[in-house]
Amino acid sequence: MSVVVFAESNDGHFKKGTFETLTYAKDIAQSFGLDCIAVSIGSLNDDIQKLSGYGVDTIISFSSDIDACDSKGYAAILSKVAEDHGAQLFILSNSNLGRSIGPRIAVRMNAAYISNAIEVPSNDTSLRVKKKSFSSKALEICESSAEKTVISLSPNAYKTTENSNPNCQVKNIESALESSNVTYESTEKASGTISLAEAEIVVSAGRGLKGPDNWGMIEELADLLEAGTACSKPVSDIGWRPHGEHVGQTGKAIAPNLYIAIGISGAIQHLAGVNSSKVIVAINTDPDAPFFKAADYGIVGDAFEVVPRLIEEIKAFKSSN
Amino acid sequence: MNILVCISNVPDTTSKIEFTEDATAFKTDGIQFIINPYDEFGLTKAIKLREVHGGKVTVAHVGLNTSEPTLRKALAIGADDAIRVDIEPKDSFVVAKELSAIITQNKYDVVICGRESIDYNNGAVPAMIAELLDLPFINACIGLELEGSTVKLEREIEGGKEKVNANLPIIIGGQKGLVEESDLLIPNMRGIMTARTKPLTVVEGSSTGNKSLSVSFEKPQAKQNCIMVENGQEKELVTLLHQEAKVI
Repeated sequence: MSVVVFAESNDGHFKKGTFETLTYAKDIAQSFGLDCIAVSIGSLNDDIQKLSGYGVDTIISFSSDIDACDSKGYAAILSKVAEDHGAQLFILSNSNLGRSIGPRIAVRMNAAYISNAIEVPSNDTSLRVKKKSFSSKALEICESSAEKTVISLSPNAYKTTENSNPNCQVKNIESALESSNVTYESTEKASGTISLAEAEIVVSAGRGLKGPDNWGMIEELADLLEAGTACSKPVSDIGWRPHGEHVGQTGKAIAPNLYIAIGISGAIQHLAGVNSSKVIVAINTDPDAPFFKAADYGIVGDAFEVVPRLIEEIKAFKSSN
Repeated sequence: MNILVCISNVPDTTSKIEFTEDATAFKTDGIQFIINPYDEFGLTKAIKLREVHGGKVTVAHVGLNTSEPTLRKALAIGADDAIRVDIEPKDSFVVAKELSAIITQNKYDVVICGRESIDYNNGAVPAMIAELLDLPFINACIGLELEGSTVKLEREIEGGKEKVNANLPIIIGGQKGLVEESDLLIPNMRGIMTARTKPLTVVEGSSTGNKSLSVSFEKPQAKQNCIMVENGQEKELVTLLHQEAKVI
């Protein structure tokens, strides 16, 4: 019996969320007394041995590249590994790719599918997992009624622990691919942007910025902090910023270590998508803005005065540290 | 061109989420229910596709008759007919199984689901249908154009977007971008009147076969009091973030 974990990579590099899922899977394997098997798919620039630093017992590496749009191809390989190794649990990240393949793997394994988990499941009479629900307005205990369970782990919710396993075995496999029923055409990626789902820090702005031309200081602050940039729903709806930046209940749900909200009032729909952030800073002209009730630190003031000063202070901080 | 739009009935986005005293269920008292926002983009897209290619737009929902106002709203927006599977599903798999049965019976060219529903956020139904029926599937879909029997799709990926092609029939997990927020259709008076007489078929389903169930709910811990830093004292904020919060 085993726990199989998908070690997701992007452009040949393992993602931050991958190490979270490896740690999570290893903790489950220990608690349940199971072997932990990590599976990588696609050619790598990273050393595959990186995965052994998180306690896994076996690494299986499939060299064939599959485009991320081919969720069927991923599900076929991963569910086959799960079957061959008697997987009781299958773990993957609740990433863009994970969300497309997790439910498919669950159907193939005849397993329960529990998404957005934030804790290791209980191991007593039944398997129960704590997960995010109602766009992070609530937490839910979900129980698996099946013999096998697929769990997707919420990004930035589980702390990674390095745990080197010198006995870790690596198996390289050339896989025969199932024929795809979608064909990849082209990708358009904004260069140098930090993935919002995985960003440690996110700088976000709302209508308080008054217009799209005023985002320079937001981007400058984000660059300084190596942060992702986000925005509120009204800002993406009027086209000041791309939809991909919209965080909130109907946009992206994020959980960075630090979320800086500038000129966003903090409507309940916005808070739903960001309230899992560990530390929240709100900057707003209105002292009664709801965001101050959901924030850890606040400044009542005009963004056009506060943000440039904050940029200077962070520059000073960085040069002295 | 026959299009199926799968609809979830969810609490309005402004809802405060509360649970029953024993914490086992969502408290629906005083809650306004709406078409799941991700599905609403799909519904408008389907109606726009019908304008160009002809055919029919059907909406399907798995849930009890308390969802009928939401289905009538979908009809008022412009769907031609509705199907409701009369069960209270315990998990995504049961929903996917019931919708798959409808899709198998009725032969749709395009099946549009929302990427996820804003209540339980499992985001599993469209991918499960694709797996059950072995249909091409694109998630986080932000663009869909038909050219004969092929379909040109655009989907969101981390840090950008990707173009993909597939053959019909197809299933997608849609989101904003399929149409813009400003393009969303809203019911007009004529739509509301005709919606009353449009067919809404209720079919029996099976609520068994679930693989998971919700046991209990809790609210996340509320933030402690916000520490206010005076305007002009940004240096103090930087110090707090470094020394106290330890996030920079």
